[in-house]
Amino acid sequence: MSNPVELLERLSTVRGLRGSVLVSAADGLIVAESLMTGVDGRAVAALAASLMNRLRRATECAGRKEPVFLQLQAQSGSVLATPCGAELVLVAVAGPDANVGLARLEMLEAAGRLV
Amino acid sequence: MSDDIRGMTAELAADPDSLIFLDLGEALRRRGQLDAAFKVARTGLSRYPELAKAHDLFARILCDRGEPDRAFESWVTALQLDAGLVSAHKGLGFLYYQAGDLASAEKHLAYSTQVDPDDTGTAAALERVRADAAASRAPQAAATAPEAVTAAQSDPGTDAAAPGDASLPTIAATGGLAFSFDEGARSPVQEAVFSGLDGGADGLLLVDANGLRLGGGLRNPDGVDVADSVAALLAGVSKEAARTARLLTLGDWRGLSVECGDGNLYLSAPSESTLLLTVRGLDVPMGRVARFAERASVAARSWLERAE
Repeated sequence: MSNPVELLERLSTVRGLRGSVLVSAADGLIVAESLMTGVDGRAVAALAASLMNRLRRATECAGRKEPVFLQLQAQSGSVLATPCGAELVLVAVAGPDANVGLARLEMLEAAGRLV
Repeated sequence: MSDDIRGMTAELAADPDSLIFLDLGEALRRRGQLDAAFKVARTGLSRYPELAKAHDLFARILCDRGEPDRAFESWVTALQLDAGLVSAHKGLGFLYYQAGDLASAEKHLAYSTQVDPDDTGTAAALERVRADAAASRAPQAAATAPEAVTAAQSDPGTDAAAPGDASLPTIAATGGLAFSFDEGARSPVQEAVFSGLDGGADGLLLVDANGLRLGGGLRNPDGVDVADSVAALLAGVSKEAARTARLLTLGDWRGLSVECGDGNLYLSAPSESTLLLTVRGLDVPMGRVARFAERASVAARSWLERAE
């Protein structure tokens, strides 16, 4: 497993990303973070983990495989999340100008290293 | 297994792109092997989503499985791809008759007999539909007609429109169809929230704030209906998404895309109190799923306004 903080800092170099958090999937608590000032890390962690868990149950019920990536699109940005194994979730907050495609690729790669 | 079916199965195995799946699916359906027919048709549809005959085959199989709502959607899709496909017109004519919509039934059956005047079975069915329509307009029926119409609208799955009808199965017979409806089935017309949209009865699910299904449908990859259980699990997603976006000062949420290992899901909110789930396979890129979901949202909003 790579150093989580280094991976999060590398993610922060993607244009438009306001930061990222590694979250415990079970309780939504922060494991590691690299966020810009003004972004509420605890809120990001708790809400994204909760959303991911809820969607996991829904996709399982629908007979689908587990979610590998989710994007909550909002008026002025997005929340991106990808599971890192069964216990962790990697979450990033993106501004409206973010390169979400690149962020997605970087997050999937980082998640693979974090398992 | 008959030699024909064995031969076609072998041919399809040797060449999965072969259109022999149309004949194989139909042969299996006629033999009553509906699960096998369903799988063959579904696989064929995944390879040829633009082939009207594939949707037509799928609809016939769905009818035999007692799923008129899904059959309706498939025939509508078939006609969008090929407006002149007679077997789809016959199928829709029959479904409309079952739902008590005689005018629409007549329109589809009349077209079928016009294109295929030698089809005596369909001609007889059309005659019967016209006779029923005339009877419902007759003065002596005036006193009871409103009650009958009300009964048909409130419970169109009953035989209010076609009690003990003996001629309609001939529609099926002449078209090579063999309908076997669940008499308690709901009207495919009234259920068609997403009428005209591909996958309206499977892969589009409209849910209210309490996690109850408002329209559409969802089946798992094995064909099991999971709509109600998934709807229940989605109950709080809309509020949670809104809360997340608000707390992070991102404004109103617009959509939630979920990539799974074997499919793409998209959640959107056609109205404040509803949630729309769109599910597609991995062969449909997420961007297209989102666009499709937008169209479905428009259809859902329109349906909600009509329902109110």
